Order: sequence, then C-alpha cells, then structure tokens
Amino acid sequence: MSEPAAAVRLTYREAARQGLRAALASDPRVFLMGEDVGRYGGCYAVTKGLLQEFGPERVRDTPLSESAFVGAGIGAAIAGMRPIVEIMTVNFSLLALDQILNNAATLCHMSGGQVNVPLVIRMATGAGRQLAAQHSHSLEGWYAHIPGLRVVAPGTIDDARFMLGAALACPDPVLLFEHIVLYNMEGELTAGLASADIDHAAIRRAGRDVVLMTYGGSLHKCLAAAAALASEGIEAEVLDLRTLRPLDDAAIMDSVRRTHRVVIVDEGWRSGSVAAEVTTRIVEQAFYDLDAPVARVCTAEVPIPYPKHLEDAALPSPERIRETVQRLLARGGAS
Amino acid sequence: MQVDFHLPSLGADMESATLVQWLKKPGEAVHRGEAIAVVETAKGLIDIECFDEAVVGSLIVQPGTKVPVGAVLAQLLSETAGAPPPAKAAVPTPAAAAPARLSPAPLAAAPGGRARISPAARRRAHELGVSVEALERAGAGIVHLEDVEHLAAQAKPPAPDARDAMRIAIGNAMARSKREIPHYYLADTVDFSTARDWLASYNAKVPVGERILEGLLIVKAVALAAARCSGFNGYCRDGRFEPASAVNVGTAIAVRGGGLVAPALLGADRKDLPALMREFSDLVTRVRSGHMRSGEFTAATITVTALGEEGAELLWPIINPPQVAIVGSGRIALQPWVHEGAVVARPVLSLSLAADHRVTDGRAGSRFLRTIAELLATPAKL
Repeated sequence: MSEPAAAVRLTYREAARQGLRAALASDPRVFLMGEDVGRYGGCYAVTKGLLQEFGPERVRDTPLSESAFVGAGIGAAIAGMRPIVEIMTVNFSLLALDQILNNAATLCHMSGGQVNVPLVIRMATGAGRQLAAQHSHSLEGWYAHIPGLRVVAPGTIDDARFMLGAALACPDPVLLFEHIVLYNMEGELTAGLASADIDHAAIRRAGRDVVLMTYGGSLHKCLAAAAALASEGIEAEVLDLRTLRPLDDAAIMDSVRRTHRVVIVDEGWRSGSVAAEVTTRIVEQAFYDLDAPVARVCTAEVPIPYPKHLEDAALPSPERIRETVQRLLARGGAS
Repeated sequence: MQVDFHLPSLGADMESATLVQWLKKPGEAVHRGEAIAVVETAKGLIDIECFDEAVVGSLIVQPGTKVPVGAVLAQLLSETAGAPPPAKAAVPTPAAAAPARLSPAPLAAAPGGRARISPAARRRAHELGVSVEALERAGAGIVHLEDVEHLAAQAKPPAPDARDAMRIAIGNAMARSKREIPHYYLADTVDFSTARDWLASYNAKVPVGERILEGLLIVKAVALAAARCSGFNGYCRDGRFEPASAVNVGTAIAVRGGGLVAPALLGADRKDLPALMREFSDLVTRVRSGHMRSGEFTAATITVTALGEEGAELLWPIINPPQVAIVGSGRIALQPWVHEGAVVARPVLSLSLAADHRVTDGRAGSRFLRTIAELLATPAKL
C-alpha cells in the first residue's frame, strides 16, 4: 500500500477501497464487517480483494442480521476496536435502527461521557439504478436528525478516499453514506492530499447569482446544472454540504450572503428532509439576506419507482435544477 | 449624407451634460447656427447649435439622459449631399445591456395589498435610505434587491445643487489654470474722467434703453487693444500659442445666487458701441434665464472681468484656459491724481492684466495695458 504521489485517475469505488485499505493497514484496531464484504467483495464491489489482503480476522462476513452485526460493532468499539461496519443499503439499516439510535448515539451521553462509541457505519444510499423502492431510498436525512451521530456524505473522489480516515478518528459514531450512482464515477485524486475534514462544507463551483446547496449524488447534478446555467449568463455557486450532521451553518450563511438566492437539492423526500432543515436554518439565521424564497429540488414523495422513466421523473435532475433556478431568477419569480 | 451630431465640449472642464429638450423634430430642417437642443451642464441650460445645413434624421438620445462629451445625440441628413427623406421614426435609445436572465414577468398585485418586498431588498432599502413607499410605487411585482439598488442609483446624485455644480466647475477650471498656466500680473491706473464725461454726454442724447455702460467702454478698449497687440488674443494649447482671427471678448457675468459665467461678445473689436451694448444686454438676460448658446460659451478668445462700483479697487484675475490673457477692471473711484503738476480729484480706474508667460512677457503686457489706457482716453474713437 502506497500513498499516491501524483494525480491518479480512479473511480469513486476504488477511492473508497483505497480508504479502507489505508485504514486497515495503518491501525490494527480497525476491522471491517458486513454482509458479503469478504468473499463476495461487497455488493457494490468496494471491498473486493481486502479479504485476501488482510485475512478473515479483519474482513469479516456476517449473517444477514443488521441488528446483530451493528450491535457487535458497537460492542467492539466500546471495547477499544475501531470497527467499520458496512450495511448494504440504508434501507436495510432500519433493521439496526435500535442499535444505532438507542445504543450508538446515546451511550456517550448516558454514561456521562465515559463510554465513547468510535464506530463507523458505511452505507450505500440513493436511487438511479432501477433497484426499486426497497433498495433506493435516501434516508441519511433521518440519521441527521439524531444527536450523538455524525453523518457524512462523500460526493467527490477525494472525499471518498479520505473521509473514512477522518470518520475513524472521530470518537463518536459516524455514518458514512456513499451514493450508488457515484461508485462508477471516474475522477482524479488531488495530488498531495492526505486527509479530509468532516466539519466543513465546500464550495465546488463559484458563482454570484444563486447558490445550489447539495450533497452526495446530487452534487454532480448540480454541477451539470450550473454549467448549463453559465451558458445563459447565470453564475451558480455550488455548495457541497459534505457533513449533514452537524451542518456547517457558517458556510451555508456565507453562501446566502454572497448570492441572496438559494436552491437546495436533496435526493431525500421533501417533507422533513435535510433540505427542510437547511431552509429553516437559513430563515432563522440569514432571513434578511434572502432576495427570493428558498427553493428546493427533492425527490417526488413516492416510494422510488422501478420503471426507468418513472424513477427518472421522481428524482432531482439537472434539468429540474436548472428550471428551478430560472424560475427563481425571473422577475418576482418562485413564489 | 448622414452626419452624426455630437455633444460638443462647452468648456475645458465639461465632461458630460444632460439632454433637456429637443428643439427640432425628425424631418425638420435645421440651419447653420440654429439651436437644435437644450442641454444642462454645470454652468446651466445651454442651447446647442448646429453647424450644418441639414434635416434632422433621428434623435438618438432621449431627454433626461446624461451623456458624455462627444456622444452622438442625433443623426442629421446633410442637405448638401442630396440626402434622402428623413427616417420615419426615431431610433429608440438602446438600453444598457441588461442581464440576460431577467425576463419581465407580469405579476398580480399581492393578495391583501401588502407590497411584496424580499427581506434583502427591504434591508438594503433601509440602508440606502430608499423609501419602501417608493418601491411599492415602482412596480406591481415583487421588489428584489436589484430593484432597490436600481432605484437608489437613479436617485443617487440627489439632484446635486446647480450652484454646487457650478462652483465645482469653476473650481476645476481655475485649478487647471493655476496649475498649468504661468501667470504674470501687471497693473496700471487710468484717469477715467475723459471716458466718463464723454459717456455722460452720449447717454444724455439717447433713450434710456440705449444707454451704454462704462464697463462696455472697457470691453471695447480691450477688444481693440487685443487686435493691435499680438500675443493676448487666442489660445495656448500644448504649450503653443494659436492666435485667434476674431476678437471675442468673454465678459464675466455673475449668475443670480452665486457663480459666474463668461460668455463671449463675438467680434467685439469690429462692432460699434450701440451694437455691442444690445448684444451685451441680450447676453445678460439669457445668462440670467439660463439660455446661452454653445458658441458664445466656448468662443471667447480673451476675457474681461469687472467687479463693478461696489467691488474692490484692484483685482488679480485668473486666466480662463485655454485663453492667454484676462483683464481685470477694478472699482472706478475718485482719487487724488496729478494733473499738470497739481493734485486733483479724478475718477481713477485700476486695470490689471494676468497673462500667460508662455506667450508674452511683462514688456508686451505693459504695452497692452498702456494701449487700453490710451484708447480709453479717446472714447469717441471706440
């Protein structure tokens, strides 16, 4: 295992695997467990080859019981290990919700700070690959509701590679959401980069007319929309939230103060979503900087449909983002 | 042939003017020397003259628009080239390139009648002192930040006081003069009794309306002296003297409420006193009513400034660039004067000269002042 010295072209999947490999190699307390992470190589092939490289002690296949292996991960973390638990998709994490909410998130608080749970749970999230309703939902917003957890969503190659290390360094449980359509995305790892923080949002594109606030899989839809808008003379800033809990309020409000117009793009359902939370914070903290109502582009409030055309119609798209911005910027628009 | 009609420079310190009124319509003929438009400058309202025989084609700048010197105000169809009939319609003012994004969308008034103003716009309005009422009146739609800033920008120069503007304009011209022109100053005293006596007898013979002012004798004497002595009538540009063929005497006229302008009496050396007096009266009337012609404004080749009966005895004037000389006339007062070995009381005029040392020196200046004095001693010849 060697750190890349120059810009390397790789997929998001490979970047995530490099992150796992580096974590396993650098800290003997780190081990990986989950359904099919070992012999099968992970249902999205992220962990392929790690069993061969690190052995069955450190890369463990588990029974199909999310509650059991997440609970085991919590116990190992309390006992001094640094477990990385993979849950195939966020949809299945509901089976472990009791462990995550009632144990992982609460123990530090209930023990008066005596018991930390340094656990990392990786989950695939999102739709777009025709996996139907039970494999396609974006529930990270639910987890972002829970005090005691940190929720991060790597949207770039760099973050896929380095956010895991930062998550492992965090003394509290961290949920790391990888969007399923990003796994095949190719890009360059920034040369010389050795870490990523999990505290700050990042501006992925500068612009002065409107800000698109987003995270994860929707980041690239926003960048595509911003590029299209630029050809119409509209300069859209793109703010990658990166960490959904705790939200980087300072970066969010700075963007509002720069652009005065906000469109939040969130693949979760609109009601009670991350987008709803960000909107509320903007209204609370930067109301007088708004020159237009906050607009949201979210997923239609239906279980994600299986047919391609219906799935596409349900999800945020660059076209919908673009139209929303156009409406917002039209005189007196979006109200 | 189509000719562009530009906003002329009406003074060294003028940068822009606001078009107040078109005096001609598209299709109307305009003759050389005829006023075509009224503009407002720091010096007041000025009629802009046309220097072509032409037909007005299209009016490009709309009244109320502020334009820089040299901007095309209108297009004229010069008659000399057998122009086609004038354009049927005025070309609309090309709007400043608007941001592409804002396509106006008609909007219903807010339900309940409360104005819909974005929070950012409302706060900015407060900061800029733009009243929300003004915003509500500004349109039926939602008021955004941009609208507030637009409104504030329109109101920005809060109708700068015309007097302040004139003071600034005078200041700019005088500062430039003092900066660039190496002035030298001379003064002389003149026995004004002969001129005064002659004028009194002349004025006794003419109707009140045709009486001539003492100051006009001085203007005429300066005009004649400027025609005879070289180096005082004309312009100095880029350090080179350009003598003027005609003697156009700028006469500093105080504007009511403060400030002054110096429009020219054209060809003053060749006109008799009654004619000059008529022109002077007309000029004063128009200065006070704010209607000067552009030609009068820029044509002066030398200036005379007088403080009048209530003024100081002697003054040191500042040259009006790009001219090269200015004659100051102080108060004419009874003074002890030596006449044929005896001290007698005489009305004495203190004349001063400020001249450009790049063009003349003190010797020439003394001769120039002496010539004026000699001319005033023989008023019948003026």
